[in-house]
Amino acid sequence: MIEVINIRKSFGDKTILQDVSVNMEPGKTNLIIGASGSGKTVLMKCMVGLIEVDSGKIKYDGQDFTAMDDKEKKPIRQEIGMLFQGSALFDSMTVEQNVMFPLDMFSKEKYKTRMKRVQECLDRVNLKDANKKFPAEISGGMKKRVGIARAIVLNPKYLFVDEPNSGLDPQTSLVIDKLIKELTVEYNITTVVNTHDMNTVMESGDHIIYMHEGLKQWEGSNEDIIFADDQKLNDFIFASEFFQDIKEMRKMEMFRDKGWRAKKDGDSPSKT
Amino acid sequence: MEFKLFYHFGRFLLMLKGMFSRPENMRMYWKELMHQCVEIGVGSVGIVFIISLFLGAVTTVQTAYQLTSGLIPKSTIAQIVRDTMIIELAPTMVCIVLGGVVGSKIASELGNMRISEQIDAQEIMGINTKAYLIAPKILASLITIPALVIIAAFLGIWGGMQAGQLSGIISHEEFMQGLRASFDGYNVFFALSKSYTYAFIISSIPAYYGYNVTGGALEIGRASTTSVVVSCILILFADYILAAILL
Repeated sequence: MIEVINIRKSFGDKTILQDVSVNMEPGKTNLIIGASGSGKTVLMKCMVGLIEVDSGKIKYDGQDFTAMDDKEKKPIRQEIGMLFQGSALFDSMTVEQNVMFPLDMFSKEKYKTRMKRVQECLDRVNLKDANKKFPAEISGGMKKRVGIARAIVLNPKYLFVDEPNSGLDPQTSLVIDKLIKELTVEYNITTVVNTHDMNTVMESGDHIIYMHEGLKQWEGSNEDIIFADDQKLNDFIFASEFFQDIKEMRKMEMFRDKGWRAKKDGDSPSKT
Repeated sequence: MEFKLFYHFGRFLLMLKGMFSRPENMRMYWKELMHQCVEIGVGSVGIVFIISLFLGAVTTVQTAYQLTSGLIPKSTIAQIVRDTMIIELAPTMVCIVLGGVVGSKIASELGNMRISEQIDAQEIMGINTKAYLIAPKILASLITIPALVIIAAFLGIWGGMQAGQLSGIISHEEFMQGLRASFDGYNVFFALSKSYTYAFIISSIPAYYGYNVTGGALEIGRASTTSVVVSCILILFADYILAAILL
């Protein structure tokens, strides 16, 4: 479990995170959502240790990550996989070499065993016939899949994904979302996803954290979000009429499927 | 301005300090070191060949032009070419050019890796990126650049001899005679001292600027240019300091 306890972060005079506390649920897809500049990327970078917090704690399975030096952080970092917004693939390496890199660096297995693991990961993300291609020769969606393959190659305990859908068409976005969700369940990983994409929110978020101006504004499941009465959250997530319609449809579906009833319109559901 | 200078100097020292850690995997570090030796050393042979050849040739012709007195033997031209190439032109001129070639390459490579989050990706894997990305570049420069300087000195002298013969200024025998006359081995030590110092400057300064880039493509360009300018100034400064101390 990842525990974020009262973290604060400022850059100069600008406060980005203000006493944010949240627990990332183990084995689930945790989504951090919010408008641009709300602090979600900073929060994720603080969690993985790329940005040092001004105050507060981040704990991985009870171990205080923020109090550790670089040497002490290494074992935890090797349990973290991360997919970056721009995929962050190494330009000078082929797809195969990119996925192999963490294994080359940290695994003492023989080349054949390492290669087998690389192929397993590439097959898992449905990347075929791309092993010898360079990042510049593959599409954005393929880059994301290579990034995911590289992130899971060391069997991480925690997977961090920054804006998995940026720059992708809706169809490819769905494939990537599905893949992240499947991997979370399959490998029992604690996944943290930073996203703007409402499809991701509706489809893959087990646990959703809404950030607004550096504060944790709302937290709940993707079922709760339908009935959330937080005005800022509703303004953000159901900004378009399309998503308002979806919200209403999902509400109706949930009432129908689960036999819920509402005391009056807009109320939180209660079971009959 | 002064505070900015101290700020950069402090961060530069911290970067150097950060390079010293136990490698995660010695084989990967060795591979990276060899890769950098090829990139920095072998990749610069062509430009070093051209520069040093012409530097030697021009030195011969211009020295002959200035030695108008018939009392001075022609073999003196070879002595001047030899000592000028060894003491100054091979280390300083070649390293200033390498500062542009190698320096901009290092700064833009690291800058691009920083902007595209490749450095962050390695950090998250638990790799000490200062040790894995910067140390092999500095070490490779310290290995290959003095070797390039030695090659440059030989090629410059050879170029000077060829230019002397082709233009009829000095015969092969006279040139060889001048080369052997009053040779001081200390000059080679001095040239190597310079080349090790310059090798460190032209690899560490661009590495510092490239590693700490923030922004986008424009900032990578700026970092690359700044690193080359700073490297060249520091080379000239070090040139004077080393001459004052060692000669």
